[in-house]
Amino acid sequence: MSIVIYIAVMAGVTYLIRMIPFTFFRKKIKSRFFRSFLYYIPYAVLSAMTLPAIFYSTGNIGTAVVGTVVAVILAFFNTPLIAVALAAAASAFIAGIFI
Amino acid sequence: MKSNFFRGVSHGIPICLGYLSVSFGFGIKAVQSGLSVAAASIISAVNLTSAGQAAGVDIIAAGGALIEMILVQLTINIRYSLMALSLSQKLDKGFTTPHRLAASYGITDEIFAVCSAQKERLTPSYMYGMIFVAFLGWVTGTTLGAAAGQLLPASVSSAMGIVLYGMFLAIIVPPSRKQKSVLIVVLAAAAVSILFRYVFTAVSGGFAVIISAVAASALGALLFPVRDEEAVE
Repeated sequence: MSIVIYIAVMAGVTYLIRMIPFTFFRKKIKSRFFRSFLYYIPYAVLSAMTLPAIFYSTGNIGTAVVGTVVAVILAFFNTPLIAVALAAAASAFIAGIFI
Repeated sequence: MKSNFFRGVSHGIPICLGYLSVSFGFGIKAVQSGLSVAAASIISAVNLTSAGQAAGVDIIAAGGALIEMILVQLTINIRYSLMALSLSQKLDKGFTTPHRLAASYGITDEIFAVCSAQKERLTPSYMYGMIFVAFLGWVTGTTLGAAAGQLLPASVSSAMGIVLYGMFLAIIVPPSRKQKSVLIVVLAAAAVSILFRYVFTAVSGGFAVIISAVAASALGALLFPVRDEEAVE
């Protein structure tokens, strides 16, 4: 399938998700279950995307584990997003020198 | 009008710098998955989202079905609906429908966070200013990562593959520390996802993410329903 179709579908869906509520939806969602569900969705999605994929992200499980541990520790202490992201890569790189 | 735009630009500069480095990682990942530099840059320009793009590239690389692409983008990006809903409550009167159609393109986690922290009502120029610099950072970083990823030594570019995941961890770990409910949802989603990876391997990656996330969030909603003030953060 052409990559153009994939990109168009991807961009179209992403835009509609943002546009429809921003432009048309003015009422509040009443269902408490649905509101709770939407509240947890971002965390659940990111978690499912990260684990176990992060361990295969550097091409070497050893360096990826080092990067993951560093990222979790820094994130635990509320380090800014960018610092966590770059420190994960830096520590995976340094680990790669030794492994 | 103009001053609002530049205020938006200045508030957006930290976002721009952050996006530069994260999208650099996305650019590398996209090229590693077999995409061209141009395709990676266009994806960043028309989507302006990290997790959705990363998952989208995986589906493209695997030659997945379009329905899979639609469902994955829906699941990963549905949070933007909540953010859009929340922001729509604090828009200035000047935010006419055409402005809403345009500015909604730029609702990201970080832009939402900065906009919702503003005390005054949001004007279109303010949001355009912020979206403009964020866009520059995101697309420039992607292009550089996609192009230079091939020039960098393999040891550097492979280490950069972890950048986006590092950012995801930085988003999910702090709230997991604060709220037991979020921690349980995060662990449940990871557990189901790991199960798909090693046990139910017939399910494709995109659907595995959807099923894991929906199951964990439904569990969270059943066990720990949120109060009103939490739901619109």
